[in-house]
Amino acid sequence: MSLQTPLNRVRGLGSAKEGTDHFWRQRLTAIANIPLMLFLVWTVLTTFGAPYEQVRATLASPFTAIAFVLLALSGAIHMRLGMQTIIEDYVPAEGPKLVLLILNTFFAILIALTAVYAVLKLTLGG
Amino acid sequence: MASSAKRAERPLSPHLQVHALPINMLMSIIHRITGAALYLGSALLVWWLVAAASGEAAYNAAAGFFSSWFGMLIMLGYCWALMHHMFGGIRHFIWDVGAGFELGTVDRLAWGTLAASLGATVLLCFVAFAGGGS
Repeated sequence: MSLQTPLNRVRGLGSAKEGTDHFWRQRLTAIANIPLMLFLVWTVLTTFGAPYEQVRATLASPFTAIAFVLLALSGAIHMRLGMQTIIEDYVPAEGPKLVLLILNTFFAILIALTAVYAVLKLTLGG
Repeated sequence: MASSAKRAERPLSPHLQVHALPINMLMSIIHRITGAALYLGSALLVWWLVAAASGEAAYNAAAGFFSSWFGMLIMLGYCWALMHHMFGGIRHFIWDVGAGFELGTVDRLAWGTLAASLGATVLLCFVAFAGGGS
């Protein structure tokens, strides 16, 4: 057991270089998510039960497509940060924690890029 | 320290279970649960988008699921989770600027979050059924 104080042990090692990044990004994406998510809810509600061609036309319109791409990116960053906090809070063992944090990042990227791909395919044709 | 076989019998500080679950605490837990639910449910939204991009047959399959009673239940829950997480987030923005920390205000914000999320969900349901199917 070291007799050094915790402060003395870390002094001189430099900062983690991240500071308030997590907090700031969480808030930034939260602000962006509000209008984007409300637009998504509105889009889903107004196309619910509509025939395919109408849904396709709605999703292919530039305004909808841009909003959905922004939401996919902002939402994925937001949910990755949130799930990271949950994992760090409840999984104390280093190994499982690391695995879950990696899977968390993969899931967020998968969700974001799949959504972006689908929207681009709808709006740019193909 | 942690390896000492015999631990001294010291009094423990009160933990979660001694508190009578204040509304603020409950809303904090629900904020986290709704966040996790939205996380998992994002896969369903992506399924809907990919189905729409894949063609009419795939879209009709997805739309069929979402218009079944089970799909509607999921959408209702997802809608409420979105609304609750949003209002809970707005509550956090109020705290972020250093406001709303008085005990009475904290309770009112917590109840307000719940009331707003339930109200918004009912309103959205009404909009869905009044204007839906068009």
